[in-house]
This record gives sequence, C-alpha cells and structure tokens, in this order.
Amino acid sequence: MPADATTTRPLAAPSPAPRAPALPLRWLGVLPFFIFVALFLILPTMHIVLGAFRTTAGDFTVQNILDLNTRSIRNAYWVSIQVSFWSALLGCLIGFAMAAAVVLGGLPRVLRQPLLTFSGVASNFAGVPLAFAFIATIGPAGLITLWLRSDLGIVLQAGLWNVPDGLQALLGEQVRFPRFNILSTAGLVLTYLFFQIPLMILIITPALDGLKREWREAAQVLGASGWQYWRMVALPILFPSILGCLALLFANAFGAVATAIALTGPALNIAPILLYAQIRGDVLGNPHLGYALALGMIVITAVANTIYIVLRARSERWLK
Amino acid sequence: MTRVLAWGAFLLGMLYFLLPLWGMTEFSLRMRRDAYSFDAYASVLGNPEFQRTFAFSATMALVTILMGVLIVVPTAFWVRLRMPGLRPVVEFITLLPLVIPAIVIVFGYIRLYNTGSWLPLTGTAAGTNLLLAMGYTVLALPYMYRAVDTGLRTIDVATLTEAAQSLGAGWGTILGRVILPNVLGAVLSGAFLTFAIVIGEFTMAALLDRPAFGPFMQRLGQDRAYEPSALAVIAFVITWGCMGLIGLVTRTQKHTRVRT
Repeated sequence: MPADATTTRPLAAPSPAPRAPALPLRWLGVLPFFIFVALFLILPTMHIVLGAFRTTAGDFTVQNILDLNTRSIRNAYWVSIQVSFWSALLGCLIGFAMAAAVVLGGLPRVLRQPLLTFSGVASNFAGVPLAFAFIATIGPAGLITLWLRSDLGIVLQAGLWNVPDGLQALLGEQVRFPRFNILSTAGLVLTYLFFQIPLMILIITPALDGLKREWREAAQVLGASGWQYWRMVALPILFPSILGCLALLFANAFGAVATAIALTGPALNIAPILLYAQIRGDVLGNPHLGYALALGMIVITAVANTIYIVLRARSERWLK
Repeated sequence: MTRVLAWGAFLLGMLYFLLPLWGMTEFSLRMRRDAYSFDAYASVLGNPEFQRTFAFSATMALVTILMGVLIVVPTAFWVRLRMPGLRPVVEFITLLPLVIPAIVIVFGYIRLYNTGSWLPLTGTAAGTNLLLAMGYTVLALPYMYRAVDTGLRTIDVATLTEAAQSLGAGWGTILGRVILPNVLGAVLSGAFLTFAIVIGEFTMAALLDRPAFGPFMQRLGQDRAYEPSALAVIAFVITWGCMGLIGLVTRTQKHTRVRT
C-alpha cells in the first residue's frame, strides 16, 4: 500500500557533525538493501523490459511489441482487462456499501471490528484454496449448484429453469436465462470478488471515518436532505478515494495467476495464464514475444497504480 | 430507511462471504457416501506429499521472515537515523513488488539466473531454493517495510541510539538489543503476514519447479474431488490464525505501551 510519506516529517535526526562533507560511509548502512533489491527486483525486471526490445540476436527492435497485436494475445489481454475491470467495479461498489453500512448506516458498533478482521483474512485468502472453495460451492457439483437443481429446478450450466408445478401457469414450463459456468470470465469475476470486496472495505473505511460530522450538520442546517448531502458533499470528497480504489483493485486482479489457474486450468485465455504457459513451454514460439507480453502486464498494472497514488494524494487533502 | 438499507447491504455481503466458506466445509465432509466424516482430512494429512510440501513451504516462510528482518530492520533504522532524504526512494522501491506482478519477477529470475548466466542459481536445487526465498522476500517487502517503519515511528530512534552509543554499544548491539526489541510487535505482525502469503504461494514456486505447498494443492485439485476442499479449509484456518496472531500482537503491544 502506498506509504503516507507526506504525513510524517523525518525524525529530527542529529545531523552528523560537519566533519567530512557527505561521508560515503553512511551509504554502507543501506548498501545491503540496495544490493538485494538490485539483484532480485530491479535487474530481473529490467532484463524483461529490455528483452522486449531486443531480437534473438540482441539488436534493438520494436517488432516484439508490434507482434503482440495478434488475435489470441489481443484476446487474452482483453479478457484479462474485462475480468479485472468488472471485479474491481463490483468490488468497489459492494465493498463501499458494506463499509458505509457499518461506519455510517447505524449498524451496531460491535460489528465494525469483526468486519475489518474478517476483511483482513479474506483479502489474504486468495490463490489456489480460494478456487477450491468456489468449485465446492458453485462448481458443477457444488453445494449451491446441486441445491438449485434438486430443490428449485434451476440448472445453472444449461441456463434453464424447469418451473415447478405451482408456477407453471404464470411462467410456462421452462424459463431460459444466461448460462453460468464457474470456469468462465463471469465465474472468475465472482471468485475474485472474494478478495476484492475485503480489500475495498479495508481501504475505504478510513476514508469514511474521515467524513466529519460537522459537514453533515452544516449541510442539514442549510436545509440539505440526506440525498443532497451525499450528492453534493460526501461523494465529491470521497470520489478520488473511490476512483483510486478502483484502480488499485484493477491492478490487484490483473496480476492474479494462481486463482485463475486452479479454477480453470490452462484453458482460459487471459494474459497471466498465457504468460505462465509461455514461461513453462514457449507456447508463442518466440522467447522475446514472452518478454513483450510481460512488459504489457507491467505497463497496465503500473498505469493503474499510478492513478491510485495520484488520486490518493488528492483525496488526502480533505480526509485528514 | 437508511438502517434497513445498511442491514441489507451488510447481510447480503456477508452471505456472499459465508456461502463459499460453508460450501467448502460441507464438501470437505462428504467423502464418505452415507454420512459426514473427516475422511478427506485424514486422507490429506496422511498424504506424505502433503507433509513434505507443507514442511518445505513452512521452512521457506521462516527463511523469508528471517531474510526480511535482516534486510528491512537495519535499512529502515538507518534511513530514519542518518538518511531521511532517502526515505521516499526506499519507500518507492518497497512498493514496487505491488506494481510488478510476481509472475513477471520470477520470469526475470528464470532468464537472468539460468544455467548459462553469470550467476547460475537455477542450476542446482539449493540455488533455486535460495532464489525462491529471495523472491518471497521481495513479495513480502512492502508489508514488512511498512510494518517496521510504522513501528520505528513510535519510538525515539535518535535518542535510543545515542543513549546506547554513550554506554559503549556497537551497531550490532544497538540493532539487536535496543531497536529490535522495541519494534518486535511490528516485526511479528510483518512476519505473520509473510507466513500467510508464503505458505500457499503458487506462481513463483510452480515456475521455479520447487516442491512447495501451493503447487501441491493445485495438483491435488486436478485429480481429487473432496481433498481440495479439505485443503481449502486448512488454508483458511492458517490464514485466520496468522491474522489472529497479528491482532493479538498489536493488542499486547498497546498494553505494554500504556503501562510504560
């Protein structure tokens, strides 16, 4: 999570006596950190980024980037962006609703801490086990799937409702609706929400706490209705936060690999799974195209994170 | 009216969270045809591969925590004490692992440290294990650094250091016996979070081909029906345990601070 660098002034450390200008020994203290970061974070990433602009022979080229524009790769990015976008949007809305309900909606205060604790757990309960939980619940033989079929006659995978006798006069014998399958983009979005909503709750709760009671009272004194207060005071103040969270949640979903692989196997064509397959077996037939694919992922998550940081800085002006 | 809407949002949201938890628990108990049983758990826990991979990942988590503490505590301390100007840079770097997807970082490792390179870490099992531990340390960096830095904020680093120095302590003593005990709560919080992240991590371990718990779970998910749910329940309990320990540590920290 981005640090609140602006909120704390550096400690008034005793400025090292002016014995020698810019004592290079000072740097020894941070040397291990920089060596570690260079070796295991910066250099590997730079290797990928630079590799994206090289031919197999080592010459500079942009052909790898241009080659990304094939049907299957375009498609992979597009599905990834859709899954990330929808899970981020729904995660934002539902997370906001739940946080607002507990912070402002007049629910008993005892619910607050358990909700935050649970959010901490659920936002970290990602990856392979999360996929298992959803398969057991709404997969082909899952708890809800079977219950809907046996008790209500709703067959999710076929998108078919065999209407029970009592309602047939009203609805006909069968009702069709869009098919649902856990091994699809909709299934992926539904599963990702399990870590997206809690993340939203954790980030937005402090922002909701920052809404001052005076603002609401001032609005009421001036004759504003509850709806007007929200539309003209609270939401404009919260808006940068919410938008920033949307960007953060987007990046969060975009980089997720394990849940998708455990849920769908290598079948679903999304960017992280394609990259995974490429690293394992060069499915694209060109190692440097793999670098370009990875570069695309970095660019997308970097843009999303930058939006988050910029908007967060904006929102902090009000919510202190 | 507001209250009705609030209850509605809260209860519907909780329903969404509780159904999968209930689903996986119920499914994990259904292995025996006619009755609920713990057969799936017995099968998982008795699986030698489970024991091996879990031990491997738990060891990895401990190594990662140790590496994280060794790198983060001195750095955060030194930046606060002597190089406050460097803070934004260090903070930015520690946030990078949240921006660069783990799969890209491990992709870089595989290409940079392969057998033909200047540092052929992936050539041996020990080297690859080291690489994986480093990768996990990178993944844990944002959480570890934030936790420790927040911990350092609550103590007067400069005064403590000067006091220790005037009593004749060297840097090792200052760090190990003055600073570390003071930020122990923060370090433990970071450590438990690191454990929760590392124990089930899949992407890095699978791509580096290490016998870790995450890839084991994924393989089991492909060929078994009930065991994966049992694993999911176990993983959830572990995550819950780690978060609970963080809460416990934070609370006891507060108490000690009130008393002093």
